[in-house]
Amino acid sequence: MAPTKQTLALKAARAHLNRRRFLAASLLAAASAPSLLYAGFEELYWRFLTLDEARMLAVLCDVIIPPDQDPGAAAAGVVQFIDRKLVGYHRGSQSLYRQGLAALASSSRQLFQKPLIELAADQRVALVTRWEKSDLPAETWKAVTPREFFDRFLDHVMQGFFGGPRHGGNRDAVSWRMLGLPQPPVRSRRPESPRRTQP
Amino acid sequence: MSHAHVNAVVIGSGAGGGIVAKQLAQAGLSVVLLERGRWHSPAEERKDDLHNQRTIVLGPAYGPDVAKNPRVVVNPQGAEQVVYPDQWPYQNNAACVGGGTVSYGAMAWRFMEQDFRMKSLYGVPEGSTLDDWPITYDELEPFYDQAEYELGVAGDVSTDPFKAPRRRPLPMPSLPDDRETQIMKPAAQRLGWHPFYFPMLRNTIPYNGRPPCMRCRWCCGFACECDAKTGTHNTVIPQALATKLCALRTGCVVREIQLDSRGQGRGVDYFDAENRRQVQTADLIVVAGGAIESARLLLNSKSKLFPTGLGNRFDWVGRNLQGHAYNGGLGLFEQETYDDLGPGGQVAVCDFNHGNPGLVGGGMLATEFIRLPYQFLGWRPADVPRWGPAFKDFVRQYYRRSIVVIGPSQEIPRFESRVDVDPKVRDFWGIPVARLSGADHPHNLKLSQLATDKAELWLKEAGATRVLRRQKTANSLSAGQHQAGTCRMGNDPKTSVVNQHCQLHDVPNVFVADASLHVTNGGFNPVLTIMALAYYASAFITKTWKGGGFK
Repeated sequence: MAPTKQTLALKAARAHLNRRRFLAASLLAAASAPSLLYAGFEELYWRFLTLDEARMLAVLCDVIIPPDQDPGAAAAGVVQFIDRKLVGYHRGSQSLYRQGLAALASSSRQLFQKPLIELAADQRVALVTRWEKSDLPAETWKAVTPREFFDRFLDHVMQGFFGGPRHGGNRDAVSWRMLGLPQPPVRSRRPESPRRTQP
Repeated sequence: MSHAHVNAVVIGSGAGGGIVAKQLAQAGLSVVLLERGRWHSPAEERKDDLHNQRTIVLGPAYGPDVAKNPRVVVNPQGAEQVVYPDQWPYQNNAACVGGGTVSYGAMAWRFMEQDFRMKSLYGVPEGSTLDDWPITYDELEPFYDQAEYELGVAGDVSTDPFKAPRRRPLPMPSLPDDRETQIMKPAAQRLGWHPFYFPMLRNTIPYNGRPPCMRCRWCCGFACECDAKTGTHNTVIPQALATKLCALRTGCVVREIQLDSRGQGRGVDYFDAENRRQVQTADLIVVAGGAIESARLLLNSKSKLFPTGLGNRFDWVGRNLQGHAYNGGLGLFEQETYDDLGPGGQVAVCDFNHGNPGLVGGGMLATEFIRLPYQFLGWRPADVPRWGPAFKDFVRQYYRRSIVVIGPSQEIPRFESRVDVDPKVRDFWGIPVARLSGADHPHNLKLSQLATDKAELWLKEAGATRVLRRQKTANSLSAGQHQAGTCRMGNDPKTSVVNQHCQLHDVPNVFVADASLHVTNGGFNPVLTIMALAYYASAFITKTWKGGGFK
């Protein structure tokens, strides 16, 4: 039987899915090899973040929303989202990021004797866990408090991962696809015949 | 600069002001409608889930301007804080042509008969200013009807046995059932409750020359892309402008109401879109800026006759600030509940608005508008971590398998909850800003508990494996988009601001036409009551005002 239009479309969809699975698998691998998370970052134009800061944020983003069968926050472009918003609506958070990331870098060296981007997977999770609880060496957190930075950062990650792709995050609407939201949203849909009002 | 004298100047083009402008212009009065915001058109609607009126992390999309409009909020412990419109304590309402009606969810409730005589029904709880309205439901009914038909309301309330008498059904049918309705309506019936299709200012069939709802997921908090959602911006304001007797001036911020030598309102002093001082004189002045800004304007209008603000001889302007606590829950289900059919909310019960043993008032409960992904995160249960694999699993598992039931509970007003003007902080134009203080009445916590219990019962009956309760557990300042009560209607000038005709007791040519009037705010979204009162006040004005005075 000759393939119909429908079966062709189905095949294309399956191929797309397989490609996505492959991508997801490579992202899983990336979780244990942080350098893949920010591969190509040096080619990008950063508006506020330094390259080192962007790399640290990529590592932190993927602890917050880790890749599994669906992409994590770094692959969804959340670092780029944060960079864009730090010169846009969230510019009031600039010094919080600059000082907070410096404090996190010092905390990492003090606790693990390693730069943040070289931490092993369990060490990254341990650092973020202590960060959330404000359980980090106090002498490295003089300018900002860990809690203030964590709460702000967490919210920005959520905005970047779950918000509309137009803001630079949620690349290719990955989070909306993960949630099964039809994408792009159906437009100009008309309702079926409405129910009659009873008298 | 001075403009040509007109019959009426209306301040604010929201639910109330838009209607008054149209009614007066159609009656032949010359009208200037002043709006501090701008027009929004369906064509420019961007469906931005981080930048709208419900999610304001990138600012409120429909105004006001964040940097130019601070307020001061005093928390229940007495600490003062300067806040901006993109922060929740601000108690924001949209500032644009159409006001809140551009981006609201558009629930179009009539209050119940009981809501107009709360004091007679329940007595006055200690520490409250609960009172009856000076008008009854029956007096307002014709104007509810007028709002429903002139603007266009859809729904089917025929199976709500608690509704107040109405002369005819709603002009438009409800939308076909969404999946949540298919689950929740039979569940309510099994509990012996009385579910029905709640009324909405949204076209479900072509009406007033605009198309029906296309059922997208971007509704509450957004302007309508296909113009099916109904506000004053796409109904009465264009009609007012079509008379050629009404001029709409956008970007205009009113500084004060001026009086003449006889103590009558003579006009308003305002900043135009280029921030130039302007004066507009008028025979009549209608204040419709919303409960916070209307009170602020009256309080800022100080004169020899009214040294503490216009109409404020007995210190009632700005008092009884109220809104609604929102109570309910999120039910988690095993089966899929999400069908991507907007607007989402559809079915409600009014079984618990009144007659709750030992309680004063109550509130309706309804299924909720579609939760966009970022909004959904706000429903995360406390035992699910805020980040990491377990967090991601929760969102992925339940985004399409959850239903929210929620509703506003009637608030018991308090004299201490108030709008004042701040002695130090000024806005971009140098006008003293609103200062909000006080907290809602302790009884509200009991009402919240009742509503949350009922929501949990309803969701469990529908098959929810778990219900995450949203209950108010501490008193707080309450106003928000349902802000009301600050220029109370009443017969006694010593305990109210305006009379039963929405006219300042002391200055008969100054009227109020927004939720400031509400003596009590019902257990419902207030917009249709604001609209009905605007028609009601307009009817009084057009009937009794005969060029130069009231006859």
